[in-house]
Amino acid sequence: MAFFDFIPQTGRRTLLTIPNLGAASRFLLSSLWNIFNRHFSMQQLFRQIYGFGVRSLILMVVAAFFTGMVLGFQGYYALVRFGATSALGTLVALSLLRELGPVLTALLFAGRAGSALTAEISSMKATEQLSAMEMMAVNPLAWVVAPRLWAGIIAVPILCAIFDLVGIFGGYLISVPVLGVDGGTFWAQMQSNVTFSGDILTGLLKALCFGVVVTWIAAWKGYTARPTAEGVGNATTLSVVTASLTVLGLDFILTALLFS
Amino acid sequence: MATEALVELENVFFARGPHPVLDGVNMRIPRGAIVALMGASGGGKTTMLNLMAGTLRPQSGQIRVAGQDLKTLSEEAIYSLRRQMGMLFQHSALFTDLSAFENVAFPLRRHFRLPEGILRKLVMMKLEAVGLRGAAGLLPAELSGGMGRRVALARAVVMDPMLIFYDEPFTGLDPISVGIIASLIKRLNAALGATSVLVSHDVEETLSIADHGFILAGGKIIAEGSPDALRSSDSALARQFLGGQPDGPVPFHYPTQQDYAAALRDSRSSGERF
Repeated sequence: MAFFDFIPQTGRRTLLTIPNLGAASRFLLSSLWNIFNRHFSMQQLFRQIYGFGVRSLILMVVAAFFTGMVLGFQGYYALVRFGATSALGTLVALSLLRELGPVLTALLFAGRAGSALTAEISSMKATEQLSAMEMMAVNPLAWVVAPRLWAGIIAVPILCAIFDLVGIFGGYLISVPVLGVDGGTFWAQMQSNVTFSGDILTGLLKALCFGVVVTWIAAWKGYTARPTAEGVGNATTLSVVTASLTVLGLDFILTALLFS
Repeated sequence: MATEALVELENVFFARGPHPVLDGVNMRIPRGAIVALMGASGGGKTTMLNLMAGTLRPQSGQIRVAGQDLKTLSEEAIYSLRRQMGMLFQHSALFTDLSAFENVAFPLRRHFRLPEGILRKLVMMKLEAVGLRGAAGLLPAELSGGMGRRVALARAVVMDPMLIFYDEPFTGLDPISVGIIASLIKRLNAALGATSVLVSHDVEETLSIADHGFILAGGKIIAEGSPDALRSSDSALARQFLGGQPDGPVPFHYPTQQDYAAALRDSRSSGERF
C-alpha cells in the first residue's frame, strides 16, 4: 500500500515543483532586469559587494590556505611513489583551478553570505519592510533583491580567483620549503601545464554559475519565506542546504560539459 | 455620504485558496473623510486595505481609486498611483538599519532629486508634526513602540498623500500613545486634505475620530454608517462586536461535533491527546 501511495505523492510533488521552479525563474530574471529600474542603486550594489566579498575574505583565505597545504601533502604522498614529485605544482594548481576553488568558494559563500542574505530578506518580509517599500512605490526587487543578486554574481568569481591564488601559495609552502620539492620545477611545471582558457577561465566560469545559483536560491528562499520567526529559521537552513547540494550537482554537470 | 467618492468597491470577491475572504463587498469611501473598517480578527480588513492599495487583486469585482479602475492599470501605473498613498503598518515596518530621519526621508530620496537642505526641512517638518524632531537621529531599536508608530506615521505622510491607510494603528500601545496617534490621524487628515481608511479593533478610539464606519463579518459588510448609527445598529453581530460581548452570533466555543461530557469520559479511558 505504501508503495502505491508513493506514486501519487511523487506526482503531486512534481506538479508542485514545476510551477515553483517557473516562479523562481521569473523572480531571477525580473530581479536581474531590475538593474535598469530607476530605483536600482549603484551605492547599494557596492555596499553589498563589500558585505558579501570583502567580509568573506578572511574565511576564504584561511580555507584556501589550508586546502592548498593539504593538497601539497596528499599530492606529494601519491606522486613520490612514482618519482613524479616534479608534477606536484601542476597537481595542486589544476585541482584548485578546475575543481576545488570554484566548489569550495561556492559552498563557503552559501554558508557565510547566502545564509545572511536569506535571513535578511526573510526578516524584512516578516517585519513588513518589503510591503512598506511597495506601499512607498519602490519595487523591493529593484531596491533590495537586484543589488544583492548582482553583488553575489560579481563577488563569487573574484573570491574564487583569490581562493585559487592563496591555495596555490599554500601548496607551494608545503611542497617546496617543507617537503623539499625543487621550487623552479614546481612553478615551471605549473606554467607549462596550466592553460589560461582551458583551466583558469573555465574554473572562473564555473564560479560565475555557482554565484548565480547560490545567490538566486538565497534570495528566493528569503523572499518566499513564511513571515514568522520559524519561517525565517527554516528558510535560512533550507537556503544553505539547497544551495550546497545544487552546487555539487551542478558541478558534475558543468565538469562533464566543460572538460569532456 | 453624498460627497464624491475617492475609493469605490463594487461587488468585490477575494478568496485565499478555497476560503472566501471577501464575498461581494460594496463600499464607497468619500473624499476627505476618516473611514473606519472594523470587524473580528481574520475578517478580511487588512486584505481590503491591500486590495485598495493594489498590492492584491480581487478575483472579481471592481475597485476604483480616484476614478481609476485598478484592474485595468499596469504595474507601473499602480506604482505611480501609490505615490499618492501612504500606509501606517501594524508593527510600524520601519527600516531597522536606518535612523528615524532616514526612514522618513526614504520615499523622498527614492522619488525626487531634492537638494539636501530642502529634503532636511521637509523631513523635519513631518517629524515636528508627530512630535519627534528630537528623535531624528535615533535608530528604530532605540524608539519605544509609540514613538516607532509616530515615525512610521511621519513616513506615511511625507509625500503628502491623498489617501492614507492605517492598519491597526493602536495595537500594543499604552493609552497615552493611543491618544496621541488618534489625535495625529485626525489632525493630519484635516491638514493634508487627505482621506483616511482606518482598520482597528479599538472601537471607542476609532469611532471617536471616524466620520463613517463599516463592520465586516463573514466576508460581507454587516453594518455601516456614522458612529452613532453603528452604535444603534439592529445587527446582533454588530452589537456583539461593538459591545465586546464574549458570546453571541460569534460563538465563544469553537464548533465541535463531540459532546463535552462524552469527550471527558473518552479521554479519561483512552488517554487521547489533542
